[in-house]
Amino acid sequence: MIKITPKPIDIQKVIDTASSLGAGAVNVFIGTVRNTAHGKNVLWLEYEAYEAMAVAEIRKIIDEASHRWPLLGWAVSHRIGTLKPGEVSVAIAVSSPHRKDSFEACQFIIDKLKEKAPIWKKEIFQDGEEWVSAQPNVASVYN
Amino acid sequence: MKCTVKTFGITRDITGAREVELEVAEGATVHEFKQALFKQYPRLASLTSLFIAVNHAYADDGQVLAAGDEIALIPPVAGG
Repeated sequence: MIKITPKPIDIQKVIDTASSLGAGAVNVFIGTVRNTAHGKNVLWLEYEAYEAMAVAEIRKIIDEASHRWPLLGWAVSHRIGTLKPGEVSVAIAVSSPHRKDSFEACQFIIDKLKEKAPIWKKEIFQDGEEWVSAQPNVASVYN
Repeated sequence: MKCTVKTFGITRDITGAREVELEVAEGATVHEFKQALFKQYPRLASLTSLFIAVNHAYADDGQVLAAGDEIALIPPVAGG
């Protein structure tokens, strides 16, 4: 399952989708919205995605992970729209017979997703707003 | 050939539209497309990076564009 959704992420569904009777481990990564950036309070984030391409890129990442680790199941759900601090922006779950593989695969998937998936976020502060990582002269703490 | 180009994130703010049109020569490469794009929107050249997606995949500079391709501007991504 690869999902880009404006609705709150159903973490249990992500876990259930990735689970398998043959698995000895399900590894879950949950990304949440942090309340500060550049020492300022973040009021909220605006996420957007190039949805068709994001799904295609995430599928390539999953394919690569499936070649490198013996995965039995997987699921990725990424939220778009307006998210407040504390809300879940992304949930990833993978299962494998032994835990080491699912730990490694899960980290690989979130790292690659952040590098490749065409998803953007804008930080909204009290005194302005900024697309994360977009411009070289603006330091970012999100990468 | 006229290309319709999707914009996202900061590229939408810079161009002021969700889609822009750009005229390039028949058989233009992605590199040539980017030169034409920067001429029309100089501020796009100041981004940390700008990739071009063709038909939902990252395109190399040497890729040749064809009429009907779905082209999109991909500024630095920040998912997760």
